[in-house]
Amino acid sequence: MTTYSHMKERVESDVKVTLGFWLYLMTDCILFATLFATYVVMRNGTAGGPTGAELFDLPFVLGETIILLVSSFTCGLALLAARAGSKNQTIAWLLATIGLGAAFLSMELYEFAHLISEGYGWERSGFLSAFFTLVATHGLHIFVGMLWAITMVVRLSSGGLTHSTTRKLTLFGMFWHFLDVIWIFIFTIVYMMGAIT
Amino acid sequence: MKKTTDAPLPNDHGMNLRNYTIGFVVSLLLTLLAYTLVTQYLSNDSIPLSQTVVIIALAVLAMAQFVVQLVLFLHLGTERKPRWKFFVFWFMIFIVLILVVGSLWIMHNLDYNMMSPAETRIYMKDHEGF
Repeated sequence: MTTYSHMKERVESDVKVTLGFWLYLMTDCILFATLFATYVVMRNGTAGGPTGAELFDLPFVLGETIILLVSSFTCGLALLAARAGSKNQTIAWLLATIGLGAAFLSMELYEFAHLISEGYGWERSGFLSAFFTLVATHGLHIFVGMLWAITMVVRLSSGGLTHSTTRKLTLFGMFWHFLDVIWIFIFTIVYMMGAIT
Repeated sequence: MKKTTDAPLPNDHGMNLRNYTIGFVVSLLLTLLAYTLVTQYLSNDSIPLSQTVVIIALAVLAMAQFVVQLVLFLHLGTERKPRWKFFVFWFMIFIVLILVVGSLWIMHNLDYNMMSPAETRIYMKDHEGF
């Protein structure tokens, strides 16, 4: 009886914690919505500088997109491994997620460095200011997510799969999947639609 | 040290390998479809599609992938009642629509609304027939 009520209490507290984190993710969506709105308004404000169609390297962006999508999948596999109680598999999939996140982030930084070295930094035009703000905000989230994943790996290797680490892992999973959801719109609105208008 | 390996719950909230794999494959296909559409549109020897059609198609593909990832990766709609996540999600969509549509609407009319008296006189003469 006591174990049952203890279990029930734990499940209820899990529901509260994930709901709380979900609320944060939804407010983060609103942050990104303001940046998207700004971007779409500023899109044609190139101030005589280059447009998106002239700047974007589409195969490169497709590469970034696929890497991030695969990392979202490996993150899901880490969650499943944690649910199945396999600590080593969880750590392995988390490390894969971190590696793919690092690959994505370095590609993005390379793209930024390339644009800046060509003289197309954020100060060039309203379009580029909005572009850098939107894409770099997403990149910053990815960076934070990677730091979080690293702390999860450390926690898992020292403490093992406790209830508390599994719960934190679930929250990390929500965060990482959410970042891939935001990227769908960056890919579509910034890069794909930008390339044809 | 407390080590717990929780027994799988009767309701796994859609968290299983099948859902993740389907979500991944479908998302990948939708991404490649959007990419092919754009590269075909940009290449000269393609079937002539109007820009509006391509943009609508891209928006539809993005929305499809959005729903796929929400359901299969973020497990939206799998929770038991009361469905707070679901409710908060739709409230977020509502706010985002006000924000985005409102911003675009206002900014679209900005030139018109911010005309100087002299510009207004010219505009009224040329476009409104005064």
